[in-house]
Amino acid sequence: MSIQDELKSAIKAALPDLSCVIGWGAGPEPLRAAPLFIRGEADLQNFSAGFLSVNNPALYLPALKGSKVGVVAKGCDARSVGQLATETLIIREEVHVIGYPCEGVIDVDKVAAALAGVCEPGEVGALREDGDNVALDTPKGEVRLAKKDIAADKCGRCIFPNAENADVFVGIRRAPTVVEDAYADIAAFEARGTEELKAFWEKEMSRCIRCYACRNACPLCVCRDHCIAASREPHWIGQTDDVPDKLFFQVIHAVHLSGRCTGCGECERACPLGIPVLKLKRALSRRVENLFGYKAGIATGTPPLLTFNIEESTIKERDW
Amino acid sequence: MSVLEGKELRVVGFLCNWCSYGGADTAGVGRFTQPTDLRIIRVPCSGRINPLFVMKALVGGADGVLVSGCHPRDCHYAEGNYYARRRLEVLKGLLPVLGIDPRRFEYTWVSASEGQRWQHVVETFTAQIHALGPAQPFAGASRPADRHRPDAAAV
Repeated sequence: MSIQDELKSAIKAALPDLSCVIGWGAGPEPLRAAPLFIRGEADLQNFSAGFLSVNNPALYLPALKGSKVGVVAKGCDARSVGQLATETLIIREEVHVIGYPCEGVIDVDKVAAALAGVCEPGEVGALREDGDNVALDTPKGEVRLAKKDIAADKCGRCIFPNAENADVFVGIRRAPTVVEDAYADIAAFEARGTEELKAFWEKEMSRCIRCYACRNACPLCVCRDHCIAASREPHWIGQTDDVPDKLFFQVIHAVHLSGRCTGCGECERACPLGIPVLKLKRALSRRVENLFGYKAGIATGTPPLLTFNIEESTIKERDW
Repeated sequence: MSVLEGKELRVVGFLCNWCSYGGADTAGVGRFTQPTDLRIIRVPCSGRINPLFVMKALVGGADGVLVSGCHPRDCHYAEGNYYARRRLEVLKGLLPVLGIDPRRFEYTWVSASEGQRWQHVVETFTAQIHALGPAQPFAGASRPADRHRPDAAAV
């Protein structure tokens, strides 16, 4: 039985006890899948999981708290589920996690770059998976691309490809892409120096259209209508399209995710302008990992910023 | 208070009411001279300080931010400064990637009786900020002249 069929039978077996199972189905175009809410067996025919399963289904869980829900989860999605449960934003027992070995997911921006001069990603007629490659039907004929060249950046540093906290695991666990995420990307970014990075963010944030897709796609951004970015009193952010206002929203998002962000990368993926906003969150995740050894969504127990030690062995305070 | 152009920088200080604010007062009563760049904001506890206070000041164009609270084990509310220590220490990881020199932010502990220590902290930190020079505001940022309240700016 293929992974798809095994997943379908796992969903079918779980459905009677659940109000729905969240997975992925056909999206608006061949390169994009969309979240699929499976409420009956009839919906299963639209289900598929694999290279196009980009969206993080954990996003919908806090709003569904109180009912029993299933999610089909990649490794990164399962981390979001774990972190939401740690923070009691969901009740873990209410969520039925169906895991499978994730082989990485597509980054449509990379496909667009690879197809430059051939066609727009929206013009691709069909996508066929063929082992480690994909074949795309374009108006100018078939284009073959290696999956690893068009996979999301996060997949290249994935240490948990198998949903670690799955209630049901389908398929054979695969080895992680890397053993440890050393945050080499953040180190290299930081090495560019503060002056260059200030100019970098000025340029990037000047393109921001304040659509807040980054916030809406984030599974751990749970304040929704009570986001302080929308508050008038205190007035954290003005309504201008100036860089400081737009940048400060990213600062709020990053600070509110410190010690919570699982690095699923949905903020950056959802950004219609391709602004690399995940970098700010990863910088704080690295800090939390280095200081408190805490990997959000994997570690259990009280999150590090909600507790303390009287003597902090890893914090060296400045000697005046 | 007007800024002495070219001589004085804008350093924002968030001070705990119970220790550091008293320490600054002690320094004043003791007539310990200090640089005048620091603008003090009194908060009930260092645990009250949202890391976003610091970021708002820095992104808004402050040249430096100093946070000071009670020494560990001396918090008026028993444990506020322990939480503050973790939050502020984590926050330091955000500044360099954002393009803000991490030396523009520092936190420390000063008790109400430590007037001399307060003088030393202010002198050291202000000297450090002067060595860095004025912060270049992010493009489009006016200096903190209350740009969201044009009526206040007009007064």
